[in-house]
Amino acid sequence: MGKLTAKSVLPPGSYYFSGDEAVAEGAIAARCGYCAGYPITPATETLERLSVRFGEVGAVFMQMEDEIASACSCIGASWAGAKAMTITSGPGFSLMQEAIGYAVFTETPMVLVDAQRSGPSTGQATRVGSGDIMQAKWGSHGDYQTIALSPWSVQELYDQTINAFNLAERFRVPVFVMAEEATAHLHERIEVGADVELFNREKKPGAPPFGTEEADGVPPMPAFGDGEKLLITGSTHDEWGVRKITHPDIHQRLVTRLHQKILNRSQEIIKYDGYYLDDAQVAVVCYGFTARSALFAVEQLRGEGKKIGVLRLKTLWPFAGELIKDTGSRVGKIFVPEMNMGQVAGEVRKYALCDVVSYGQVTGEIIHPRTIMEQLRRLV
Amino acid sequence: MVREMEKYLRPGIGVTTYCPGCGEAILQGLILRAIDELKLNMDEMLFVSGIGCAAWIPSPYFYADTLHTLHGRTIAFATGAKMVNPKLKVMVVSGDGDLADIGGNHLIHGARRNMDMTVICANNQNYGMTGGQVCATTPKGALTMTTHGGNPFRPFDLCRLVKAAGAVYVARYAVTQPMAMIRGIKKALQTEGFAFIEAVTPCPVQFGRRNRLGKPAEMLKDLMSRCVSEEKAETLSAEELKDKIITGEL
Repeated sequence: MGKLTAKSVLPPGSYYFSGDEAVAEGAIAARCGYCAGYPITPATETLERLSVRFGEVGAVFMQMEDEIASACSCIGASWAGAKAMTITSGPGFSLMQEAIGYAVFTETPMVLVDAQRSGPSTGQATRVGSGDIMQAKWGSHGDYQTIALSPWSVQELYDQTINAFNLAERFRVPVFVMAEEATAHLHERIEVGADVELFNREKKPGAPPFGTEEADGVPPMPAFGDGEKLLITGSTHDEWGVRKITHPDIHQRLVTRLHQKILNRSQEIIKYDGYYLDDAQVAVVCYGFTARSALFAVEQLRGEGKKIGVLRLKTLWPFAGELIKDTGSRVGKIFVPEMNMGQVAGEVRKYALCDVVSYGQVTGEIIHPRTIMEQLRRLV
Repeated sequence: MVREMEKYLRPGIGVTTYCPGCGEAILQGLILRAIDELKLNMDEMLFVSGIGCAAWIPSPYFYADTLHTLHGRTIAFATGAKMVNPKLKVMVVSGDGDLADIGGNHLIHGARRNMDMTVICANNQNYGMTGGQVCATTPKGALTMTTHGGNPFRPFDLCRLVKAAGAVYVARYAVTQPMAMIRGIKKALQTEGFAFIEAVTPCPVQFGRRNRLGKPAEMLKDLMSRCVSEEKAETLSAEELKDKIITGEL
C-alpha cells in the first residue's frame, strides 16, 4: 500500500515502440490488472498489444460491446481490487462521460487513455487533434475535478501512463492520459529503467470508505470480498456510502471535498517544463505533440536572436493557473498554439495578466514548426 | 419480511422505498430465502443493481457488498468485478427498464459471453420510479403516462431474448409463485454461467392504476390466474394463451 518501488516488468533497456504500444507497456509496468476497451482508431493498437501481453502477465483483458460497457466494467474491476484502465478516442470518450462522473463521485481509481483524433463527431477518424481537453474537464454533468496529463513523446506515454495509475490510486480519481493520434502512432526509442515507482491504494479495514475527517482527504478504499459490506452508489452519500440525497450539507461537503482533494494538491500533481524563459519577451504555452513543434520553432528563432521561451504543460488538469499567472507577469505576450480552436488558450486567459494570442489549427495535421515560427515572427 | 431473514439486512436501514402493494418487496424476501436455503456466505456475494425501483431490492438493504450503478449498465459493472475476482458470487437485480431498455445491449452480451452471474429482472411492465412510462416490456395496447392511446408497440419476451443470446439457465416466475421462484433463484445461483430469471411483479400504483387493474390484492389474484406452466401452455390454443404468462424453466 502507498508508495513502493517495484521491478520493471520489461527487462531494462531500450525499446522501439509506437505510442500505443508504450501505453500498453506502461500499464503493465504500473501493475494494471484489468483493461477493457472497444476498438477505435487511433487507440486500437494498445488493445491489440494488451490482449497478448496481459495473457503473459496474468492480467484481465476484455473487449466489451461498447465504450460505455468498457468504462463501467473498469469501475467494477477497480472495486474488485484491480488497477483498471480503458483506452479510447473522441467518440468513445464521449460515450464514457457518464461513467466518468460515476467514477468521480464514487472515488473510483481508473485510468482513461484518450488517443485524441480530429472531431467533432466521427470527424477525421485517422487524423490528429487535441479537441478533447475541455471534455476531460467538463464532459460529465455536475461539478468535479479530475487529473489530465499531456504526453509529448512515446517515452512520456510510457512514463505518464505509469504516473496516471499512481495518481489515480493516490487520489481515488479517474486520471486521463490525453494522448494524440500523432504520438499514439509515432514510433520512437524509449528507455525502460530497472525499477518503477508505484503507488497502490490505501486500505484501512473498518474505516469509512467515502469520507475523511479532513475537508480535503482521500479515504482508504476496500475491495469487494474484503467483508466490508460496501455500499456504493452514484447518489449523494455519507462517509459510509449511505444515500443522503436531501441533505444540503452532505452534498456540499462531499462535492467540496472531491474538489479540494485534487486542488489542494495541485503543487504535487502539476508538472511542466520551461525552456528559455529567463529573458523571454514572449512565452509559448503548449502541450502534447504541439510542444515538439513549438520547441523546435523557438530554438530556430533563438538563433535569430528572438527572445522567446517555451512553457510546456505536462499536466492540463488541474490547470497550472498560478504558473501561468507568474509567467504572464514576466513576459509581454503569451502565445498558445494548439490543435483545437483555443481550448487551453481560453484557460490561459483566465490567469495571465498579459496579452494572450491563441493559434488554433484544426486541419487534422500537426502544427508545423514553420507555422509557429511565422506566427511568432509577427509577435516579436 | 420475517424476522429470520433480518440477518441479511443492512443494520440501520429500516424503511423500504416500495409503494403500497408493490410486488418487489415480495421478490426481495424470496431472494433472501433462496440465499438462506443455499447457506451462501454474504461476504462472498456482490449485488449489482442499476437505476429504478427494482435496483433498490439489494441496495442498500442487503448486508453484503452492493454496487448501485448507472442506469442500464449493471451487467457491465458486474462483468468487470467478476473478471477480476472470480470468487465473488455475483447477482444482478434490476428492473425491466434498466436491463431491457437502456441496458438491453449489455444484457444480451452478458448472456452471449455466458458471464458467471445470476441476473434477476423484476418485470413490472413500466417505468415505475419515474411515474409509469411505457417500456420495452409494456404489453401492446397498455395505457401508460407516455402511451395515452395504448402502447402501439409489441413488448420483448425477455426470456426468449436472453435464451437466444446464450444464457444457460432461463426461467420466468411471478411473485405470486413464491415456492417456485425460490427454487428458480436457487437453481440460478447454482448454475455456472449466465442465469436469468424474469420475475413478473405487479405495479399497482403506476401501471395498475392507469389500466384499471384494481387494488394490489386484485392485481395479485389476476397475476395468479394468468400464470400457466410451459407444459400446460402447450395444450392451450393461441386464443386461450392470450394474456397468459408462461412460467417455469424455459
